[in-house]
Amino acid sequence: MQRLTRETLAEKQAQEKKRLTDTTIKKLLICGGTGCHATGSIALKETLVNELAAKGLQEKVQVIETGCNGFCAMGPLMVIQPDGVFYQKIKPEDVPELVEEHLINNKQVKKLLYKNPVTKKRIPIQDDIPFFAHQMPRALRNKGIIDPESIDDYIGRDGYQGAARALLEIEPADIVEQVKISGMRGRGGAGFPTGMKWAFAQSSPGDVKYVLCNADEGDPGAFMDRSILEADPHAVIEGMVIAARAINAHKGYIYARTEYPLAIKRLQIAIDQATACGLLGTDILGSGFDFSVEIYQGAGAFVCGEETALMRSIEGRRGMPRPRPPFPAHKGLWEKPTILNNVETLANTPQIIQKGGQWYAAVGTETSKGTKVFALSGDVNNIGLLEVPMGTSLRTIIYDVGGGIPGKKKFKAVQLGGPSGGCVPEEYLDTPVDYEEIAKVGAIMGSGGVIVMDENTCMVDMARFFMEFIQDESCGKCTPCREGTRRLLQILEKICEGHGSAEDIEALESLSDVIRSTALCGLGQTAPNPVLSTLRYFREEYDEHINERRCPAKRCVELLEFRVDSEACKKCGLCFKACPTDAIDWEKKQPARIDNEKCIKCMTCFEKCKFDAIF
Amino acid sequence: MGTRARREHPDIDESMWTAIDAVIADNRGKPGSIITVLRESQEIAGYLPVELINYISMHMNLPVSEVFGVASFYSLFSMKPKGRHTVRMCLGTACYVKGVKEAMARITNTYQVEEGETSEDRRFSLEGVRCLGACGLAPVMVIGGDTYGDISADKIIDILDKYE
Repeated sequence: MQRLTRETLAEKQAQEKKRLTDTTIKKLLICGGTGCHATGSIALKETLVNELAAKGLQEKVQVIETGCNGFCAMGPLMVIQPDGVFYQKIKPEDVPELVEEHLINNKQVKKLLYKNPVTKKRIPIQDDIPFFAHQMPRALRNKGIIDPESIDDYIGRDGYQGAARALLEIEPADIVEQVKISGMRGRGGAGFPTGMKWAFAQSSPGDVKYVLCNADEGDPGAFMDRSILEADPHAVIEGMVIAARAINAHKGYIYARTEYPLAIKRLQIAIDQATACGLLGTDILGSGFDFSVEIYQGAGAFVCGEETALMRSIEGRRGMPRPRPPFPAHKGLWEKPTILNNVETLANTPQIIQKGGQWYAAVGTETSKGTKVFALSGDVNNIGLLEVPMGTSLRTIIYDVGGGIPGKKKFKAVQLGGPSGGCVPEEYLDTPVDYEEIAKVGAIMGSGGVIVMDENTCMVDMARFFMEFIQDESCGKCTPCREGTRRLLQILEKICEGHGSAEDIEALESLSDVIRSTALCGLGQTAPNPVLSTLRYFREEYDEHINERRCPAKRCVELLEFRVDSEACKKCGLCFKACPTDAIDWEKKQPARIDNEKCIKCMTCFEKCKFDAIF
Repeated sequence: MGTRARREHPDIDESMWTAIDAVIADNRGKPGSIITVLRESQEIAGYLPVELINYISMHMNLPVSEVFGVASFYSLFSMKPKGRHTVRMCLGTACYVKGVKEAMARITNTYQVEEGETSEDRRFSLEGVRCLGACGLAPVMVIGGDTYGDISADKIIDILDKYE
């Protein structure tokens, strides 16, 4: 690859853009995200390539493996351009028909089109599908469109134009100014204004400074950063180049979770390509500015998402946070001025520099500008990745983009912000996505995990689940977090096992208060949030567990005892056949009976019974 | 020091030692590289027995206490041997909401292996892991390099029975 200068980059951009927008060639964009890989997109791609060759179509049709398309629940999936047709759940057996009908006879294959779960109508065009129609892709603007392993594709989509401007046209102070004007706040969770963070590091004296990218996406139920890295790794690298120029740093690290092998692989390819093109390394684009990037793989510690802990970890030590100040902008990695930004923040930066801060700030609310990427999962029809303008309501995300709750079940709560966040009940679903508004209802914006829970979820059990997580991940450095979360967990376990007492609620509240005000880092300070928010909205469930010793959602095993309603029982024997421990007595034409001594409360019979006779 | 850090361990053969030496040579003197060395050594040897930790610390010129401190802090590192198949169950929120707890209980009951342990016949190691970020497939289970999505307590035994 040839090293690029400002002029040759512009030439290349024009040339690649022409190639990408050429409508005479059909493009089969197969999703190659982790989700679709697991459901078989690699085999699908091979079958397609072979089938096209067999039909002599390889010249006219191009197969491209893109990053995560976002609609993970429908994988493996494929979009055909320029037609814009979206095919889902494609099996290798479907390939001959798909090639014959769509590519040769120009007819859509109906059975592989998206079906609206409500109207049962098939929707052929991707942009008409409600999941995509409400979105505004900015950080995700290249997802499902480009081959993440091709720098040419990225350049053809205006890639590295922001970096070129930052390096050759404007001063570092202007870069910081534009980011300030954009109003962008850190997308990792805390929402600190990015421009201010950069300004501190810029004014910090020192010859050696660092730019770090936080790709240690640890919140359970969050996969925004993974998808961005898998779909558009160059955007993150370009963001880092711009940040480096702003604060005059020459070395950067991307701290990535080791659980994300595909993201790491694609990042490394992107770094190597950018270095070969002179977009990383020495004398970038002939500007005289040097900056190199290295990937640092984490080793599985949630607390390393905290900035000071992350820096410790890169230094090769136990990833434990330290008190601030000094802030990393003054003393960070190896005691040098450092900025740490989240993946999504950095992926937004190139467009802010290219199009200006005003452009970015034109979308959003008063205090929360731009768009936000969310990972929607749990009990919702359209599981996947989405990006909406700030100010969009939670209801729109869950019902319009997400398609509502499956199986005629009732909505119970939505969990935002992972273990540091909270649960929002039905009555607050019209809350807009905005840092302050979400905080008012007791949750946090967080990094963007949105987990929908239906009526079968026990909220006490959910609080226990998050506390178990925090307890396990607490690094042990400060006492409030190490001991306090352990006590919280013990109390919650006691309640879930049916040994709770009235004083427990009070103990939960006062302990939470102490942990919140005394823990060392963000992990500890926010640890009580899942308890407090479930207590706030679902107090009656705690009371039912404590006073009546029952779990209405049937999730707390110790509180369950199954019985058969002999009148409702249709004597079919399904439960008998399904029971793994022979705890059910049944003979033909006799209602079933459950031997509670043998029952292991595995719920199998409960789920198998079609007549709700087991309760 | 010499006797404690011998190149001798029943689970590590000569070719593994050679590969580990290469990892150490690549990283010696590089600040902050101990996590990388431990990770790559574990990939080679399967786990990190105490003899290997001693060996690494001696050749990386770091105190054993420091290397042990790092190895015990991060959940990726295991100081116990693993079974022939490592079953990793995602314990992320989406998987939890969709019933991974019940599926995990079924494995424990059927194969007599607790979370974080290895079955006596060393057939399975059962691990609960942090969110794998594949929430679209929840609940998710990974065995070796194979990912299974949308698993349930019912289906899980049929899948595991294929792994001898």
